[in-house]
Amino acid sequence: MTAAGYSIIGVTCVFVATLAIGAYGWRFSRTTSDFFVASRTVRPGLNASAIGGEYLSAASFLGVAGLVLAFGTEMLWYPVGWTAGYLVLLVLVAAPLRRSGAYTLPDFAESRLESLGVRRFSSLLVVAIGWLYLMPQFQGAGLALATTTGTGPWLGGVLVAAVVLVNVLFGGMRSITFVQAFQYWLKLTALLFPVLFMTAVWLGDGGVSPASADVGGPDMSGDEWASPLAGGSEHQLYTTYAIIVATFFGTMGLPHVVVRFYTNPDGAAARRTTLFVLALLGLFYVLPPIYGGLGRLYAPDLISSGRTDTVVLELPARMLGGTTGELLSALTTAGAFAAFLSTSSGLTVAVAGVLSQDVMGRRFRGVRAFQAAAVIAVVVPLGLALLTEGVGVARAVGLAFAFAASTFCPLLVLGIWWRRLTDAGAIAGMLVGGGGAGGAVLATLAGVAPDGWPGALLAQPAAWTVPLAFLTMTVVSLATPRRVPRHASRTMASLHTPEAVQLDRGPLPR
Amino acid sequence: MRYSRRWLRPGHLGTEAEQATFRTLHSASLTAPELREGLTAGSAERAIRHLRDLLGVPAVALTDTVSMLAWDGRFGHHEPQTPALAAFVVGSGNTVVRDRKDFPCADAGCALRQVVVSPLVVEDRVVGTLQAFTSHASAGLVRAAGEVARWVSGNLELAELDASRTRLMEAEVRALRAQISPHFIYNSLTAIASFVRTDPERARELLLEFADFTRYSFSRHGEYTTLAEELRSIERYLVLEKARFGDRLQVTLRVAQEVLPAAVPFLCLQPLVENAVRHGLERKPGTGTVTIIAADQGGECLISVEDDGVGEDPEKVRRALAGDASVDSVGLGNVDARLRTAFGDDYGLVVETGPGAGTKVIVRVPKFAPGVRP
Repeated sequence: MTAAGYSIIGVTCVFVATLAIGAYGWRFSRTTSDFFVASRTVRPGLNASAIGGEYLSAASFLGVAGLVLAFGTEMLWYPVGWTAGYLVLLVLVAAPLRRSGAYTLPDFAESRLESLGVRRFSSLLVVAIGWLYLMPQFQGAGLALATTTGTGPWLGGVLVAAVVLVNVLFGGMRSITFVQAFQYWLKLTALLFPVLFMTAVWLGDGGVSPASADVGGPDMSGDEWASPLAGGSEHQLYTTYAIIVATFFGTMGLPHVVVRFYTNPDGAAARRTTLFVLALLGLFYVLPPIYGGLGRLYAPDLISSGRTDTVVLELPARMLGGTTGELLSALTTAGAFAAFLSTSSGLTVAVAGVLSQDVMGRRFRGVRAFQAAAVIAVVVPLGLALLTEGVGVARAVGLAFAFAASTFCPLLVLGIWWRRLTDAGAIAGMLVGGGGAGGAVLATLAGVAPDGWPGALLAQPAAWTVPLAFLTMTVVSLATPRRVPRHASRTMASLHTPEAVQLDRGPLPR
Repeated sequence: MRYSRRWLRPGHLGTEAEQATFRTLHSASLTAPELREGLTAGSAERAIRHLRDLLGVPAVALTDTVSMLAWDGRFGHHEPQTPALAAFVVGSGNTVVRDRKDFPCADAGCALRQVVVSPLVVEDRVVGTLQAFTSHASAGLVRAAGEVARWVSGNLELAELDASRTRLMEAEVRALRAQISPHFIYNSLTAIASFVRTDPERARELLLEFADFTRYSFSRHGEYTTLAEELRSIERYLVLEKARFGDRLQVTLRVAQEVLPAAVPFLCLQPLVENAVRHGLERKPGTGTVTIIAADQGGECLISVEDDGVGEDPEKVRRALAGDASVDSVGLGNVDARLRTAFGDDYGLVVETGPGAGTKVIVRVPKFAPGVRP
């Protein structure tokens, strides 16, 4: 059997399993007549695996290795930032957000600021972030399928979109914790197994370090590749800081991540879950850079042909050869599709939920509205993915992070830690941050970015949009002191007091 | 300013007199929601600006029977004199006009010469006053002040109604707690007693379940709890019922863990399960099955309680949901009302039943609703 054959079988298995679990998923959800288990809430470890499963997208699975291969070690800031985002989430947001009782970010905005205007605006931003994040998933899927089976670059994206849509339309709206947790371990295995084999091959070949100076490459030598900020491109220091800001502060604004925190029974469990997520992501992100490093030794032609994002898919077959290599490549391909599917499903459900609840109005209600919203939630980013090619999976996801960091990070951080935030301030801040980051994203997608400093600022906007959004939110809030929500003090007390503490939380604002 | 506004709103919106009416109604409509909270310093503070717009006087004060709640307008140095002015009407309950000798003033520039003091009456009791200060109290102003005071009183009575409706709801929750007890307690204790000799260990466990169950049901609890807590209590209840009915009662629980943190009204599922057990087993030979499902539906939780018993006449269920107390369905109307109060009219109970067809009660709960938290 050919390598393409194995890959097709692997991908088909992932598709069929996903659809089957979607159709029969509810049967897995605790069918029991044993008492005293049904009301047991999700344990932090399981919930953390589920968050990992939904969070680790095409950018993590394919993009990181590609970036490290192409641009060297300063790209390690992407995986570091994507992990450290949970550290910021843990310290500043996790427990109070859970205590707010909010299910989505618009819910939080409404309950904290007691304003429907902020809620509607947040809903629009959730949809924008969701689409921006879905787009590279579909692009990555197209790339992966084209690489392994030689089909057209659009087919993979359309397939993933179709499977997600069928799953959400007919399987139901649930994103089952158990299934998503399984996805995390599947992705980890799909990267870990080939790494073990490849490391053995590499050691057998003498274990040459890809960082040594005598390892050449089409663009730079090994020691240049391994030392940060040594490359030729301009404004690398600024770009690095911008990546750090975007990834550290963007995680808390991702709609499909926030939704998962609702499953925690209380604030303490939310913190514990986040800690587990940190450990799981730390474990996972060790692996993609290994692909990048080995790629410099065994697949340098990918750099010159600009197909670095495919290194995870191609490297096992190249290094091992024969049936073993083909099987391992099929495994990474299947893992990649698991990544596309789980992230896209989570995002589609989150975006469709917000679309049907807040954007489509009250006249469309119930399942039909949700299904119509799901179609919109998938078709728009799929169209964008087919129209705009070649941005690079990790870059596009990075833009989604920058957008989330410039809008929801100030809302969450100030909303949780600053009593005097007002609805006018929140909207102004999100407008400025979202406008800046959104403009930069559009310029990048349209390919009209200028050279020099303006180009660097537009390519990685987070370093200036995030402080600007914080500043605007603070200044406008201070200028509108009469608009401080009526129950701000009470809301703050309930956000920050552990549930176990006996406290008269009073009647809540309606 | 006025000119530009006229220019923006051309004449087809009404004559001058009609526009005056619209303005009055608009001011009134802005005041109403504030006053629906009852007469407090906060609500008075927010409503009083609109009341002054309605009356068109330099200054207005709102008081309760003994102290001032809010002042709007110029010449705030008269604020300390408002409780004394209020005293004139608290006793009599009639609108009075007073002049400078009842609120002396040293400020030569002060334009407040007369005051119209009107009582705010709720259920035949004076709860406060509306005081309109002016340079000259015309007969028209006296009349207007009296009418505005009466309108404010009407809104305060509505506030009173809201409060008593809430109290009624709380009383019904207390009644529900009491309602569980007599039969169930007797039957449970009898069932436990039957195990004391044959299986003391089981009897002990059942007694502990019983203790936990009653502690939850009778606890002084807030209005809302989590679905997890509610289901835990239901599990205990079912353990006790199974001890009584043995294999005659079959229970299936299927719960999606994602929905467990959702906030629900306290004791909103318990009556439904109790109904299901009764309908599933009574008036029917053989075994009865009760199925409880809680499913995750994106932004909502879908909870259903189903039995395969003798079913019910849909008309009777409709009457029970409408609040007819004579219908023998424990708390169905109460649960329905509390769900609607918490989450809005979209979230009432749905009951599917027919004679001989079993009964299925469906509860939908949003994962987030403003103001609803355990």
